[in-house]
Amino acid sequence: MNWGVIVFPGSNCDRDVAYVLSESFGQRVDLIWHQETSLNGKDAVVLPGGFSYGDYLRSGAVAQFSPIMTAVKDFARDGGIVLGICNGFQILLEMGLLPGAMRPNVGRSFVCKDVWVKVENADTPFTRAYESGQIIRLPIAHAEGNYYADPVTVSSLRANAQIVFRYCEADGTPTERANPNGSLDNVAGIRNAAGNVLGLMPHPERGAESVLGNEDGRFLFHSLINAVPVQESVH
Amino acid sequence: MKAKVYITLKAGLVDPQGRAIQQSLVTLGFSNVNDVHVGKFLEIEINEESPAEAETQIKAMCEKLLTNTVIEDYRYELETPPVVKPS
Repeated sequence: MNWGVIVFPGSNCDRDVAYVLSESFGQRVDLIWHQETSLNGKDAVVLPGGFSYGDYLRSGAVAQFSPIMTAVKDFARDGGIVLGICNGFQILLEMGLLPGAMRPNVGRSFVCKDVWVKVENADTPFTRAYESGQIIRLPIAHAEGNYYADPVTVSSLRANAQIVFRYCEADGTPTERANPNGSLDNVAGIRNAAGNVLGLMPHPERGAESVLGNEDGRFLFHSLINAVPVQESVH
Repeated sequence: MKAKVYITLKAGLVDPQGRAIQQSLVTLGFSNVNDVHVGKFLEIEINEESPAEAETQIKAMCEKLLTNTVIEDYRYELETPPVVKPS
């Protein structure tokens, strides 16, 4: 598969994602500078974590208007796989590819720790290597991960199984105590109605190798690599 | 022309920053402070003569970039520079 990882000024997880994809999975990966205007036939696109544009105004607000994002929007609308991690999730919300918005964490501080996350929907291209209801451990690191959507949006998210990941206790119970940021309904990750765009606050790329002490995130990339038909590359 | 834009969280949304400031004010002895809401204030200098056109543009800026209308409201004031009479 041919992957594109978008690099904004202030991205800092771009190389981590590219490393996992290329070194652990032998994928072809190109880092794409945000000033580019074409994705050049990529099979999947990742919006990585970081602090694009210094999180000025709101996290992800400025990045949504980078030149490459027109191509990303078209790619997503045509059914292309788009994965947004942390700041990438925030950007997807700001640009309207996913519903809702992020608010500052309820605890008022940057939270950097490992959390338990329940895979609520394993019937997606992003999660098919997990089992439905599986409880995994993933690192989070953010100050604005407090997901919000209006009640109508939330009920449609629930009805369409668009809530893919939720913060939970080690036994899978989605309690307030297990919610690190005040996120509505313990939401840690959602997908769009069409199913080709996923955003999540936890960092699967930081838990994708046994040498790092955690491989739970690996299966997200594994899911995608097996799910997306590889196009003939034209060079 | 100058526009002053005020951005606030929608009513009913939890404002952790505002709550922290409220608690701090109560601790300082301002025990009658019930609620604090934190927002953003922007001053925008816009090179535009027509107030109507300036208003249309400021509205578009608010909708497109300055606010996230899922969680924020905005209002604005336009300040037309005083007309300088020739002496």
